[in-house]
Amino acid sequence: MPPSPAVAEDPVRLAEFEARIAADGSIEPKDWMPARYRSQLVRMMSQHAHSEVVGMLPEGNWITRAPSLRRKMILLAKVQDEGGHGLYIYCGTETLGVDRHDLVQQLLDGKAKYSSIFNYPTLTWADIGAIGWLVDGAAIVNQTMLAKASYGPYARAMVRICKEENFHKRQGYEIMTTLARGTPAQQAMAQESLNRWWWPSLMMFGPHDADSPNSDELKRWGIKRKSNDELRQRFVNLTIAQVKAIGLTVPDPDLAYDEATGDWKTGPIDWDEFWRVVKGDGLCNKERLDARRAAHAEGAWVREAAVAHAARRAAGD
Amino acid sequence: MTPASPEQPWPVWEVFIQPAAGDPHEHAGSVHAVDAEHALQNARDTYARRNEGVSLWVVPAAAITASTPEDMGPFFDPANDKAYRHPQFYKVPKGVKVF
Repeated sequence: MPPSPAVAEDPVRLAEFEARIAADGSIEPKDWMPARYRSQLVRMMSQHAHSEVVGMLPEGNWITRAPSLRRKMILLAKVQDEGGHGLYIYCGTETLGVDRHDLVQQLLDGKAKYSSIFNYPTLTWADIGAIGWLVDGAAIVNQTMLAKASYGPYARAMVRICKEENFHKRQGYEIMTTLARGTPAQQAMAQESLNRWWWPSLMMFGPHDADSPNSDELKRWGIKRKSNDELRQRFVNLTIAQVKAIGLTVPDPDLAYDEATGDWKTGPIDWDEFWRVVKGDGLCNKERLDARRAAHAEGAWVREAAVAHAARRAAGD
Repeated sequence: MTPASPEQPWPVWEVFIQPAAGDPHEHAGSVHAVDAEHALQNARDTYARRNEGVSLWVVPAAAITASTPEDMGPFFDPANDKAYRHPQFYKVPKGVKVF
């Protein structure tokens, strides 16, 4: 990790700031904050916003092929929500003095990170179930924590998002349940999808605490209230019962219940795969960016029309 | 308010939403838009996809004047020494149970 930019903070203000956070106070845009708090938030929130936007792509892949009109309407609404979530978080990020325009440009230029989970392909309809259930389920665990983040605009965006994510998770689990109770071929499709999405979902929480350089600072400043491993464990504990309820199994021969702690312990996570995908070598990294750039370029006429229309109205036409 | 070109950032509008008739409008977030009508449409699509409100206000962010955190002490100070504005300041005789 690169050393943090050497900004000499006023020790009195820093102490006041940290005391306020320790007392569970909320920080608002105009409040004094250390430069590093601001830059960490911009990094984290913009990556989060980009993830929502790129997250539309794997599911958008199935809108035209949804198996019924009901499923199609649900999927359209879900994908629209993800776009909305991106906008909530970009709006929150802008309160830190950055411009959404620049953030979007960083994404299009391939300079910004987003969640690696979206660099995996959606090969079957069951993947739409797995994403809603596991990916949105993991996101809920993370975002429920972030809804208590010390930065007010981020926390408020998370409250709004969490309300909507519950529908996303439910509809995904309903798809998986339907398949798991269907024909042998449908059951096999559900299991095969779970096999592919299980480990990447666990990786969504990021590296183990010992390998997570930003975590201490983020916790001290109340941006994160729980560690990556704590959140991952919570997700596993919640999800295993749901897996069993529909007769599926997770692809982990080492999975074991720990009577003492009440936790489900998983086998080792393949961090080589995690870092490969983070560094750009996942199955769909290039495809996702190409699709985002194409969508931006194809939307140019809409932006031009909006400006032209506003100009004509302003001129009294 | 209209930007010169489509690729320039559009102005920011703050969005206020009234959850139900009789409630005050509350700040929901912001949108970018070329003009007020566009801002209202974007605000509806962004902040009211689930009947979250019955009324929306959009205000150019640049038009809002806000107090600053540095003001917080002195600006709100005059309220601190006027305890007599609160009902608890006054004693009611013991015999009076419901006032």
